[in-house]
Amino acid sequence: MIQNDNVDVFRTLTWSAGAGCHGGCGQKLYVKEGKLVMVEGDENNPWNQGRACPRVLALKQYVYHPDRITTPLKRVGSRGEGKFEPISWEEAFDTCESKMREIREKHGAESVIFAQGTGRDVGGPISFLAYNYGSPNWCQLGLSGQSCYTPRLGAMKASTGEFAVLDASQFSEKRYEDPEWRPPKTIIVWGQNPPPTCPDGFFGHWVVDCMQRGSRIISIDPRNTWMSTRAKYHLQLRPGTDGALALGMLNIIIREELYDKEFVEKWTYGFDKLSERVKEYPVEKVSRITWVPEQTIVDAARLYATSKPSAIQWGVPIDMCPQGTSVAQAISHLWTVTGNIDIPGGNVIARPAFGVTTYPYTTEELVGLYGQDLVDRLNEKRIGCDTYPMVKGFRGWAQPDMAIDQINSGKPYPVTGAWIQTANILGGQAARARFHYEALKKLDFVAVVDLFHNPTTMALADIVLPAATFAEKDSFRSWWAPMGVIHKKIQVGECKSDWEINFEMARRLSDKKLKWNNPKELFDERLSVAGTTFDEMSKNGPWKMPEDGPFKPYRRHERGLLRRDGKPGFETETGKVELYCKAYEGWGLDPLPYYHEPPQSPVSTPELFEKYPLIMITGARSSMFFHSEHRMIPWLREKNPDPYVEVHPRTAEKFGVYDGEWIYLENDMGRVKRKVRISLRVHPEMVHTLHSWWMPEEKGREPDLFGVWDYQINQLVPGPQHSDSGFGGGQYKTTLVKISRIDRREVDNG
Amino acid sequence: MAKFGILVHYDFCTGCQTCAVACQQEHDFPVGKCGVKVTEYVYEAEKKPVAIDYLPFFTELCDLCMRRYKNGEEPACVKHCQSFCMQFGKLDELVTDMESKSRSVLFTPR
Repeated sequence: MIQNDNVDVFRTLTWSAGAGCHGGCGQKLYVKEGKLVMVEGDENNPWNQGRACPRVLALKQYVYHPDRITTPLKRVGSRGEGKFEPISWEEAFDTCESKMREIREKHGAESVIFAQGTGRDVGGPISFLAYNYGSPNWCQLGLSGQSCYTPRLGAMKASTGEFAVLDASQFSEKRYEDPEWRPPKTIIVWGQNPPPTCPDGFFGHWVVDCMQRGSRIISIDPRNTWMSTRAKYHLQLRPGTDGALALGMLNIIIREELYDKEFVEKWTYGFDKLSERVKEYPVEKVSRITWVPEQTIVDAARLYATSKPSAIQWGVPIDMCPQGTSVAQAISHLWTVTGNIDIPGGNVIARPAFGVTTYPYTTEELVGLYGQDLVDRLNEKRIGCDTYPMVKGFRGWAQPDMAIDQINSGKPYPVTGAWIQTANILGGQAARARFHYEALKKLDFVAVVDLFHNPTTMALADIVLPAATFAEKDSFRSWWAPMGVIHKKIQVGECKSDWEINFEMARRLSDKKLKWNNPKELFDERLSVAGTTFDEMSKNGPWKMPEDGPFKPYRRHERGLLRRDGKPGFETETGKVELYCKAYEGWGLDPLPYYHEPPQSPVSTPELFEKYPLIMITGARSSMFFHSEHRMIPWLREKNPDPYVEVHPRTAEKFGVYDGEWIYLENDMGRVKRKVRISLRVHPEMVHTLHSWWMPEEKGREPDLFGVWDYQINQLVPGPQHSDSGFGGGQYKTTLVKISRIDRREVDNG
Repeated sequence: MAKFGILVHYDFCTGCQTCAVACQQEHDFPVGKCGVKVTEYVYEAEKKPVAIDYLPFFTELCDLCMRRYKNGEEPACVKHCQSFCMQFGKLDELVTDMESKSRSVLFTPR
């Protein structure tokens, strides 16, 4: 409980470790004598309107956790032995500098990989360091097929020249009171359970807000969730068949002429070709593929197409189809052919507010920050660029599956160092986690920036640099709207922000003298296009919503606000939304969407299915955790103490397991412990389990690594399966497994 | 003093546990102690193969955040509820509101 005397209240934003998420929520930090005493949601911030999530409300336990790393550390034993000694920042920076210079001189800057995890503000500083050091190899290492939003972003950019999101009036200060806004009449929630997650710059409960204002839900989800049980239609599809479903729905909408003829005529290119393609997906066939009854598919397609405005809110399972860039294309065509683009209550075009770049999402933004010359030069060496024109043409990521393979092969050039920043690769995103472990162990130098020890720091780090939470740092955020700043109010130990750490490293390693003296000058330069400064933003709010113009909906294509030449239309080759995608054609990809079976499935691998008869879905979100974080936070862990697997009652009976029993999930890649939760939430042919589990309370040093080899589910997820775009895949949602009972003697004997 | 309570329009409770952690922070409760606990029920209903309900129930530890009330603030759970499905107020007013809300429960403290 807080006392009111001597407590200062500061309004800031999340987008960092702490809450861990993709951020945007306004928070009030209550600080007394330099210590955080309470956090509350900021009611003045239109994003969350005073709300907060469990992770924010437990921030005090996170910030002052006794296990926080609060000084730089150097490894003093062998790798994995768990022996570290505190060192000064000067020594830590000196060591990192000399090791990284050594690699650059010996092999070239591209021989260091810059690895991040989820999409938060680290994307800005880590790309800043990579580009200043001279390495193009920045990626979400371990995340097979870069399959988190990038496939969806790529598909939207290629066909529309823009990105689009469900309109929950988030671009307006007045939010739901804005007279121009209307709630979507129908929302398709595709492969997502929004309440426990706030992904991709979207606050999950905005969908609930819309429901309270009359939006009907079509839920496309293999699981039964709070959302699906309140849906008008629930399409309980077989995991990985999203592409077939989207094509089938397009087929119904086009055949029954439910599309927006005027919009299609005026603003799209390639409708005839798309119409031909979707004929290959009649509803009978789609029903057979997806396991969704024919009538439900028809009803859902009709409802979506005939209840304008309608919107689609989509999730990461789309990226995790190997053909993710094609599946995303098909789904985005649904909002295009129905004319639900950039209208109130539809899918509105989303740009970073005021054009401020923090974390570059496109090649154009990278060029804007680092110049065409450097981006072109680095692209020559970027892993994946030679093989995949889309990887080269869209965004600046190295292809992560190829990156880890290259550490092993040394071809076409050696990779000998890694800068891993707030990414617990081994406990988190790495498919074939053991393979990643073995490859990364071979590196000559590994620096890890993080807040807590975890399997990745323990197994790999030569130097550990202590990072700050959002309460302890200055940063800025521009992911759609509003634009905002995060400002430092407390200090914990010697922790520094990702921007401070990377700015200092870039200053030491850049060929040229940096033009800023400190990170704040860099922020001010980036914020200048919004006509403001960091200090001004900190004082006023700290957020700013764009005025009417290119950064605010609606109907910008009609008003000439999207194209660089100022003409009406879209920023694509044809000036229209390309249903037949010219950019894909240029990259040697199928310009029209298509469907392929998942690489492992009852259909594509029937023999494997006989051996492993359950489709394992991983990665549903818990409000308590953000990916591999927060397992050590008492108030959060209490609500979700164990890594459970949801098993349908019939399936439990078949495998002879009881509720609460510890079992193995198993396939040819290994076995992982889980606690059975018998539940109707899951389909009898599937099991679902939470991802990214490790146990901070277990031993950190090898071989234990906090129990990662007992609990890390991605050990069962096989290697690269992306399509010819280079993006998409990772069988995080479609791996085949079986349940094995744990031999009691084995347990008793430890 | 009028009697106060919390009305929960639980059809919109998504089970996010925000209320529970908000309560623990406000009262500095350790693990195992909380003024509100969220329960979950997954079952086969009349017209649905699967239904899912969440309901926050209030414990003896709930004091309706009287410290906050004195400062003119709502209870911590009500303020932070991500679904805005909790309402604090005088009982007679909440009962009136309840008439227009299906699937809701009203809590009164000891």
